[in-house]
Amino acid sequence: MVFEKNLEKIDEIVRDLEEGELSLNKSVERFEEGVKLIKECYKQIETAELKIETIIIENSDVINGTSKK
Amino acid sequence: MPTNISIPINQHIFTVGELTAYVKDLLESNQNLINVFVRGEISTLTKASSGHIYFNLKDEKSQIKCILFKWSSENIKFELEHGLKVIVMGNISVYEPNGTYSVVVEEIQPDGLGALNLKFIQLKNKLEKEGLFSKEHKKLLPKFPKKIAVITSPTGAVIQDIKNVLSRRYPLVRVLIIPTPVQGKEATNFIVESIKTANKTPNIDLIILARGGGSLEDLWCFNEEIVARTIFDSKIPIISAIGHETDVTIADFVADRRAETPSVAAEIAVPDIKEIKYNLNNLLRKSSRLIKNVLEKNKIPLKQTLSRPVFKRPYDKINSYSIKIDDLSSSLSKSFKRYIENSKKGLEKVHIKLDTLNPKSVLKRGYSIVIKDNKTVKDSKNLNVEDDINIILYKGKIDAKIKKVKEN
Repeated sequence: MVFEKNLEKIDEIVRDLEEGELSLNKSVERFEEGVKLIKECYKQIETAELKIETIIIENSDVINGTSKK
Repeated sequence: MPTNISIPINQHIFTVGELTAYVKDLLESNQNLINVFVRGEISTLTKASSGHIYFNLKDEKSQIKCILFKWSSENIKFELEHGLKVIVMGNISVYEPNGTYSVVVEEIQPDGLGALNLKFIQLKNKLEKEGLFSKEHKKLLPKFPKKIAVITSPTGAVIQDIKNVLSRRYPLVRVLIIPTPVQGKEATNFIVESIKTANKTPNIDLIILARGGGSLEDLWCFNEEIVARTIFDSKIPIISAIGHETDVTIADFVADRRAETPSVAAEIAVPDIKEIKYNLNNLLRKSSRLIKNVLEKNKIPLKQTLSRPVFKRPYDKINSYSIKIDDLSSSLSKSFKRYIENSKKGLEKVHIKLDTLNPKSVLKRGYSIVIKDNKTVKDSKNLNVEDDINIILYKGKIDAKIKKVKEN
């Protein structure tokens, strides 16, 4: 699961709970889902490590100032 | 007016061409007039279709024609315009066909401002007029970027600073470094290509365009029109971080967001993981409180239900039913009894009636029944002499033969 998506979902769940329109069963279900997502987010934060890639550009033609692209 | 002038004997008389050629030679070979510098204001500027530029330089007293040939104009870093104060360097040249002289301009620079400065101002004004800096074109930065393209030199402090900040603040993000020369005018096309590359690479949602501090010449690539337009055309939002706080480039004006330094760019680019953690904590507490509320709220009707008499004194109902059952059973047994008694009475009556109809009880009183061919005989007419008959008495039967029949 993607971190940002999880954060959005958590927000959504809290909003749902705040509105208080849900049935008891549905509320409990949403709450449990939220707690699960929060735990998941914590886990992602704790284990995150910056991933860096470097692009290799082979554009000798750009050096001359004339790009083919 | 004298009718003639006295021409000394042996006086050399020039032709027009000769004189013009002489002046030309004189002017063009004079050491003081080679690579001469002239200060003045540009007026009556025309650009010929040949690419050459013709204008006058003037001051309060006089004016002088100037020609800027196409090949010399290519090196000029700013736009020539009417009224601009300039210093030109060039050579005097006489144009023989109409005997005029001009300055053939080799170099020209703005008087007062440096040429680069002027070009900067001119380009800035031009792009501003076109709306390239206007707010409605600024793209929103993503709240949680997934992949950031960093366009900068792969070596040096800038990329290191950016990596450090990203790693500290938001290690969840992925970084794509697009190594790009960022020094001087020569870097222009590299920067343009790198921005295009970032736009072509999938999943990039933010670009940081960065370089460290430097002189105006060092940063010049960020003041090139093509760089400005490429930034403007980028579909992906761009944060620019060029030079130090005091350096501002055209790229900074066009970028969706300007950062004072590369580190600040990285800080703007991503949220702080500490804040996210704090928020998550809050959300957890909030949702716990909310679910508690929901549970409590759902308990209320339950409590109300439980407080109703049926649950509070559950035997009330049973008791009342039991009473009713007792009532019913007693009335049932009463009516049953009555029914039995009534039935008994009825039966007795029927019994008596039955008794009176019983032929035996008649026989008992001394009567007899005569039967012929299994039928009761009620009339002597139905009998003949010598008929066999049966006679039933109260006790016993008799078979007999008729001797005589009498009527009445």
